[in-house]
Amino acid sequence: MPYLGGEETVRELRRALSNPNVQSDPLRYRNTILKVIRTMSQGVDVSGLFSEMVKACATVDVVQKKLVYVFLCSYATLNPELSLLVINSLRKDCQDPNPMVRSLALRNMTNLRLPSLVEYVEQPLTAGLRDRAACVRRVAVLGWAKLHNLQPSSEIDAVVVNELYSLLRDPDPVVMVNCLRALEEILKEEGGVAINKPITHHLLNRLKECDIWGQCEVLRVLQRYRPQSEDELFDILSLLDSFLVSPHPPVMAATLSLFLSVSSSLPAVSLAALERVSGPLLAACGSGSREMRFAAVCHIQLLLRSVPGLLGVHYKRFFCGYAEPAYIKERKMQVLVELVNDENVAMILDELKGYCTDVNTDTAQAAISAIGRIGRSYSDRCLQILTGLLGLKQDHITSAVVQTMRDLVWVCPQCSDTVCLALEGCEETLQDIQGRQALLWLLGVYGERISSAPYTLEVLIDGVRSEASLGIKMELLTATMRLFLCRPAETQDMLGRLLHYCIEETTDMCMRDQALLYYRLLHCGIEETRKVLQGRRSDPSLGVLIGRPTKPVSQWARCFNTLEPLSQGAVEAESASRGNSSTDGLASSITAPLSLSLSPAVSPEDFEHLWLQRQALHTERECVRCPAVLHCSPQSLQAAMQLVNIQTLAFTPQHTLPWRVYLYTHTLSEDGQEEEEGIKVTLNQQPRDDDALRQFLTVLTTVLNTLSSEKD
Amino acid sequence: MISQVFILSSKGDHLIYKDYFRRRNHYNHKDLYFLHIRQGGLYWVATTTVGSSPFAIIEFLNRLAALVKDYCGSLSEKSVQMNFALIYELLDEIVDYGYIQTMSSDVLKNFIQTEAVTSRPFSLFDLSNVGLFGAETQQSKVAPSSAATRPIQSSREQGGKSEIFVDVIERMTVVIGSNGVLMKADVEGEIRVKCYMPSCSEMRIGLNEEFSIGKSQLRGYGAAVRVDECSFHQAVRLDEFDSHRILRLCPSQGEQTVMQYQLSDDLPSALPFRLFPTIERDNGGRLLMYMKLRCDLPPKRSPLTFVCLISLSQELSSPDQSAELKPQSRAVVWQIARFAGGTQLSALFKLEVPSLSSASMLEVGPVGLSFELPKITATGLQIRFLRLSPVQPGPSQRWVRYVTHSDSYTIRI
Repeated sequence: MPYLGGEETVRELRRALSNPNVQSDPLRYRNTILKVIRTMSQGVDVSGLFSEMVKACATVDVVQKKLVYVFLCSYATLNPELSLLVINSLRKDCQDPNPMVRSLALRNMTNLRLPSLVEYVEQPLTAGLRDRAACVRRVAVLGWAKLHNLQPSSEIDAVVVNELYSLLRDPDPVVMVNCLRALEEILKEEGGVAINKPITHHLLNRLKECDIWGQCEVLRVLQRYRPQSEDELFDILSLLDSFLVSPHPPVMAATLSLFLSVSSSLPAVSLAALERVSGPLLAACGSGSREMRFAAVCHIQLLLRSVPGLLGVHYKRFFCGYAEPAYIKERKMQVLVELVNDENVAMILDELKGYCTDVNTDTAQAAISAIGRIGRSYSDRCLQILTGLLGLKQDHITSAVVQTMRDLVWVCPQCSDTVCLALEGCEETLQDIQGRQALLWLLGVYGERISSAPYTLEVLIDGVRSEASLGIKMELLTATMRLFLCRPAETQDMLGRLLHYCIEETTDMCMRDQALLYYRLLHCGIEETRKVLQGRRSDPSLGVLIGRPTKPVSQWARCFNTLEPLSQGAVEAESASRGNSSTDGLASSITAPLSLSLSPAVSPEDFEHLWLQRQALHTERECVRCPAVLHCSPQSLQAAMQLVNIQTLAFTPQHTLPWRVYLYTHTLSEDGQEEEEGIKVTLNQQPRDDDALRQFLTVLTTVLNTLSSEKD
Repeated sequence: MISQVFILSSKGDHLIYKDYFRRRNHYNHKDLYFLHIRQGGLYWVATTTVGSSPFAIIEFLNRLAALVKDYCGSLSEKSVQMNFALIYELLDEIVDYGYIQTMSSDVLKNFIQTEAVTSRPFSLFDLSNVGLFGAETQQSKVAPSSAATRPIQSSREQGGKSEIFVDVIERMTVVIGSNGVLMKADVEGEIRVKCYMPSCSEMRIGLNEEFSIGKSQLRGYGAAVRVDECSFHQAVRLDEFDSHRILRLCPSQGEQTVMQYQLSDDLPSALPFRLFPTIERDNGGRLLMYMKLRCDLPPKRSPLTFVCLISLSQELSSPDQSAELKPQSRAVVWQIARFAGGTQLSALFKLEVPSLSSASMLEVGPVGLSFELPKITATGLQIRFLRLSPVQPGPSQRWVRYVTHSDSYTIRI
C-alpha cells in the first residue's frame, strides 16, 4: 500500500486526468478516476486533484458520475470555492429526465455539507419533495434533515415541516419512514415527531408494507405513544403480535421494546410478552452469525432478571459449542448459572465441569467461578468438583478454584470444613497474584483448621524479600497476624521476623505503617488485637436469599435493544443505581387497606443504601412486648415473616447482643424497614404515612407474638 | 443509525471506508460505539451511538457482507479490493445519511451500475466437468461447488447461464457424555435459495409431505420428518403449505434464506459418527489413547471433510489419514480424507505428558469432530420438487443440494 510516496502518485494522476487523450476516451478516463478513488481509500491525501475531478463531473456516464461524487463529497469542505462549480452541474442534473440521475444529484448536493451552498440547495430539495419518482422523494426528505444538521441554529421552514408531515401518507413506504426520521431530527428540540392517535394508527396499518429496517424505525418511534384506553392498547398489541415472533431478530427486539414501553403499567402483559418472545430469542441464540448469538444471549440475561424460570427447560440451548469464541461461552455460562434448578443441576454441573479444563484459560476460569456461584445453592456437589480440579495441579485452574472457594466461604460458611481440607498442599501450584492472595486470606481466617498453615506462611516469609507484589505482602502480614492469634506457639517467631522486615527494611510506606499498627496493637494486649483483627469470617446475609431476587421489568426495559446489555459492566452499575427510583415510583400510589407484598424485592445492596440514608426517611421507634422472640431461631423467624410477605434481609450472628434483624417490606403505600433490638423496633418509612405504619406494626406484633407463644 | 462503515482486512488495513457524515465533530469518539462482525476473513465494522439496536446493526453488517458476496461473487480481501468502486456504490445506495434505505437485491439491481470484476485463475479442475469431446458425463450432473460463487450481475450482462440453487443446510450440535449417552443433539437448518435468473416470476418448492412442525402434530405412520420450530422469509406465501407442504415465492436475485427451522434432542436418524475412546497410562507414564471411530452413514455416503480434534493430547498407517500434534492449542488433530459410510477406523496415540496428574482423566478431552456431509440432512428434510412458473425460456438449470455441517460435535472422555 502506498502510504509513502503519495505525492508522486498524485502528480501522476493529475497528469493523466488532464491529458486530452485520456479525456476523450471514456474508458480510459473512467479507469483513471477509479485509480484516484482507490488511492483515496488507501489513505493517501488526493485533495489536490479537486479541480481536475470537478471537470470530470460533467459526463453522461453514470458510473463515472458516482465515482466523482464519492471524491467530491469527501473533500468539498476543504475547497468551498471550487465546490461552487459543482453545484451548477448538480442543479442541471436535478432536471434530468432519468430519475436515477435526479436522485443521485440531489443526494450528493446535500452531502457536500457546505453552509455557503444552502441557498442553492433549498430550491431543488423543495422540488424533490414533489417529484413523481419515489427514489427522488426519498433522497429529498432526508436532504432536509441533512440541511438541519448542517445549520442547527436556523429553523427549517414550517411549510417544509408541514409538507414532511403530509408525506407520511406517501404511497412509498421508504418515503414514509424517511419522513419519520427527518422529522425526528428536525423537531428534536420539541421532542421529535408528534405521535398522536391518527399518526400512530396510520403507521401501524402500513407496517406490513415496510421492509425490516423500516419496521424497526417505526416501532422505535411508536415507543413514545401512550394508548388512550385499555381497549386501544390491546388492539395495538394484537396487531403487533406477529411482529413479536418475527424470524428477524431486529424486528422481534424492536417489537418487544414497544410492548414493554406501552404496557409498562400492566406487568402481566409485559410478562406474557416476555414468554412469547422467548422462542424467537432462543432461535437467535442458535443463529449462524456468532455476533447475533452474542447479542441474543446478552438480552436473555436481561429477561432472566425478571423471569428467572423462563428458560429453565431450555438450558441445553446454552451449552457451549467447542468452536464458539470465549466471549459467547462466558455469557452462556452466566445464563446457565441463572437457570439451575433441582432437575437440571446435575446436567449443568457436568457440562460446566467439562469447560474447566478448556484450553482457553479465560473460559476455564469463568467455568470455575460459575460452579462456585451454583455452589451457593448446591454446595456439596460443587465443592466435590472444585476439589477434584485441585488434583490437576495446573496453576491457572488452582488459582481460579482457590479464589472461587474464598468467595463461596464468605457466603456459605458451612462449606469451610471441606475448603480447609482441600487447601492443603495447593500453594505449590499457585503462581499468580490473585490466587495467592485468596489462599493467604483463607489461611489467615481459617488457620486453626489447616494444619500446614504455619509452614506455608513460613516459606513465604522466608522469601518475602524477593516478593514483588505489594498486595501479596500486605495479605501475608495480615494472615500471619491472624494466625498468631489462634496458633501463637508456632507463629510467634516468624511473625517477629516479618514485622522486623516490614518496619526496618522495607521502604514502602503503606506496608511499614500497617506493620507498625500491628506492632503497637500487640503492645496493647492480645484481647485488643483479637477485637481488631478477628472481624467477620463470612456474610451470611448474602446467603439468606438464594439467588438474586427478581427485579421488575421496568428496571431494564429502557436498555433493551440498545448496546448497553452488550457491555456488561455498564448494566450492573445501572441496575444498582436505578433500584431506588423504581421503588419510589411505585410507592407513591396509595391504597387504603394495608397489603404487604414481596415484590419488588430489594437486593441487599439496595437495602443497605436505603438504610444508610435513613435521615431522609421517616423514622419511628416503637416498643413491642414479646420477650420470647430472642430465643427463636433465625430460620423460623424468616419463615414466619415470609408468610406475611416481609423479606428478611440480614441478621447478626445468633449470640451477639443486641441481636438485630433487618426486615424489609413493600406495599402499595408503604415501605418500611426495621431493626429489632430484642423488642425495640426502629422503623424507617418512605414516604411517610402514619396510618400504614400503624397497620404494619400490628402485623409485625402479631407475627412476633405468634412466634413467642409457640415457644412457650 | 450508522455513522460510518469500514471493511478491514484481517490485518486491519482499510479496504473500504464510508462516512455518512452523521457527526459534526470528528474528533469526539466518546459516544461512538464500534460494532463488528467477521466474515470471509474480513472485519465489517459499523460505528453508531449507544441507543442503536445491536440486532439491527449486526443484521445490517451480515446482510452487507451477503450483498457484497452476491455482487462480487466471493468474499476475500482480493475481491473487495478489486471491486471497491462497486462496493462504494452499494454503500451509497443502501444507506443514506446513516439510515438504511433498502437492502433488497431486487431494488438494488436497478441502481447498481458498476460491473463486478472477478479473477478466477484458469484451473484444470474446471475442465473436469466437461466430458471427453464435450459429451455429457455422469459428473456434470453434480453442481460444482464453485458454481454458486459468481457475481449475480453476470447473468444479466454476459448472458450467463440462468441457474437457481436451492440449498438445504443443517448445522448439528451434539454432546455425547463420557458414558456414551447422548446428552444433547440440536439441529439448526435452513433452506437457502440462490438465484441467478434475470426474471423469475414464481417458484414452488415442495417439501416432504410428512413434514410436521411441533411435538403434537404427527402425520401418517411412516418416519415423519419433524422440526420443533420453523419460520419463513416474509416473501414466502404459505397458502399451499398446510395442505401440500409447498412453499411459493418469487426469488429475488442473489442469496436469501427462505426457511429456517430447528430441532432439539429428538433426531430421526442415528448419529453419523460414534467414538469409542480408551485411555490408559503405560508403565513409562505415557498416555495411550486408543480411538475407535465408526461412521454410521449409509454405505456410499461419506463426509467431504472430516477432522477429529482431541484436546490435549503419532502412529498412523493409512495414507488417507494424518495426525498432528498442535502444541499451541494443546490438541491432536486427526484428519481423515476418506471415510466411507459403515466403516470403522482406529488410531492409537501415544503421548508424553510429563505433568499429567494420575488422579483423573479430566484433563484429556473432549473430542471435537468437525465434518461436512454432502447429500444428507439430519432431520430427513427433502425437497420433493422445484418448479418454476412460467417455464423459463432458454436453458435454465435448477440445483438442489443438501449438506450437514458440524456446528459443534463434542464427545466427552
